[in-house]
Amino acid sequence: MKKLVARSETIPAILLVLAFVAGAMQSKFFLDVRYLLDSSTLYVETGLLAIGMTFVIVSGNIDLSVASMIALVACVTARLMGAGWSIPAGCAGGLILGLLLGGFNGLLVAKVKLPSFVVTLATMAVYRGIAQVLQGAESAKLPSGFVGIDMQHLPGHVPIPLVILLLIAVVLGLVLQRTLFGRWVYSIGTNEEASFYAGLPTSTVKIAVFALSGFLAAVAALLLNSRLGVARFDDARGLELDAITAVVLGGASIFGGKGTMLGTMLALFLVAVLRIGMGVANVKAEYQLAVIGTLLIVAVLAGNVATKLSAKR
Amino acid sequence: MRPDVVHRLAALREAGTVVLLAGVVVAAMAKNPQFLDVKNLNSILLWIPLLVVVGMGQMLVILTRGIDVSVGSTMGVAGIVVGMLFRDHPGLNIYLGAAIGMAIGFVLGAINGGLIAWAKIPPIIATLGTLSAYRGLAFIACKGEQIDSNNIPDGLTNWALFGPITINGVTISWLIVWAAAAAILTAYFLRWTRTGRDVYAIGSHPEAAQLRGLPVTKVTFLVYSVCGALAGLAGVLYASRYGFVNPGTAGQGFELTVIAAVVIGGTNVLGGSGTVFGVLLGCLLLGTINVALAVLGIDAAWQTLVYGIVILIALTIDSYLQRLLRRLAVGA
Repeated sequence: MKKLVARSETIPAILLVLAFVAGAMQSKFFLDVRYLLDSSTLYVETGLLAIGMTFVIVSGNIDLSVASMIALVACVTARLMGAGWSIPAGCAGGLILGLLLGGFNGLLVAKVKLPSFVVTLATMAVYRGIAQVLQGAESAKLPSGFVGIDMQHLPGHVPIPLVILLLIAVVLGLVLQRTLFGRWVYSIGTNEEASFYAGLPTSTVKIAVFALSGFLAAVAALLLNSRLGVARFDDARGLELDAITAVVLGGASIFGGKGTMLGTMLALFLVAVLRIGMGVANVKAEYQLAVIGTLLIVAVLAGNVATKLSAKR
Repeated sequence: MRPDVVHRLAALREAGTVVLLAGVVVAAMAKNPQFLDVKNLNSILLWIPLLVVVGMGQMLVILTRGIDVSVGSTMGVAGIVVGMLFRDHPGLNIYLGAAIGMAIGFVLGAINGGLIAWAKIPPIIATLGTLSAYRGLAFIACKGEQIDSNNIPDGLTNWALFGPITINGVTISWLIVWAAAAAILTAYFLRWTRTGRDVYAIGSHPEAAQLRGLPVTKVTFLVYSVCGALAGLAGVLYASRYGFVNPGTAGQGFELTVIAAVVIGGTNVLGGSGTVFGVLLGCLLLGTINVALAVLGIDAAWQTLVYGIVILIALTIDSYLQRLLRRLAVGA
């Protein structure tokens, strides 16, 4: 029992149950399983960002450019497919682009030795800017064969995007917590200098972590394209906030070295349930944003308090 | 770093910004020889003041190794609330309005400062949270209704149209006077006050500053509060310049422009180095680029990309220069 209380996933799990109860009291549509499952496809993209962000934050960094990477990859793949590339080739192009964009962030952080928050603040503008220059105010249409993955279901009305998200979460959760690479990520986030002198390839790991974040943003971009059927430069605007909130709320330390994939996924569903609940209750977008922003601060505050308390004991 | 190295770094960076500025002007003149005509000079001079006012606050924050991405939303809240006061009390003194705007900004900045200085939340996380929270606050304050131009007093909009000096049709507006006042006070504060020197010391080496007995927590709290107050003032100046305040667009995305101006002006994101003069050059450079884009007929869609690239260039140059100078200092 004591162990359960000390686990960082306990708080998001309890909050998740509370949010469900609150949501159910708001509206009778809320506990409709089919409605919840259908709505979940809206949060798969956030979830993919949060998975990549877990690696980034555990390594002691942050990636503010994720939503801009979605927009750029979405626009580029849509244009590639529009220019006659086959669907698999277009997808491959998008995924490689995501890997490169994320790798570029990693290179600047690891080799030019700049703080990740300014690097990714700048590339957030650069990537979104390229998408805007490329696409302007027009939307790029996607081929009809590519559209509608969110309408595909497994038996039991489980949407395919949700399955993809959970599969990736399980695999990358194992990578983070059960492989040497994963341990390196924790080690670097705990003490980068010590890790470097212990002989860990700190630069390579950091570049890999950012590249992974870019790759997952690209996967999210493909799912978004398939769900919306069009790509625009302002796709996914502000989504980095939801992703970071989910990771921090899931018990990861913003100072690095601490965090689990299970915590992130629980907190992601909490953010999703909150958003769905606020949507059902007709809360305006700007207010929703304010709630998520406040939640982020409260989550970090709670984490700091918890660390202080456990240090006292 | 040794003081002489810091000074050489600052001088080098300022020279670099001047070269960039000259480059932009020459490029724009080559395309359009009339680039520096009265109309364009006036639009550059109209574009810069808000940037300078918020840039001074952002510079103080970045000097301490921090960042404040909530300034645009703070502008929005102050602009909206003061706009509502003007709407509901048409006789309200405009200077009192500006003071109220500053006070609102100060409170919002103090919340950031408290979260960062006492609750030890990393600046990017705290202000990313308040970026959204304050934007929501702007909507809540006015119930989503825009403050229209007929509610903004003429006295306020005149700050942008008239000024104490006009040379051959180029107006030095009252907005410029406000910006100059902010810059002079910031320069005085940083150069001649004990707390101002503490700001540099904290940014150069936070742990050493703490061990030296400097009031790190208090100074950190102060810089975010001042940054908020200046953003609040900028919210009122926004109403003056544009003549209306929309809760969604007032100051939206402005943090990016401001951070670009501050870092291209030579303020180091690793803290501890940067000058008011450099930031002013940075603001002038961004203002000129912005007007040049329009004159050269480049689509407004390029703006975000240009700001991002400007920040990346500044960061890379700074990182490289700093390593170079450190090596020189060790070699000497």
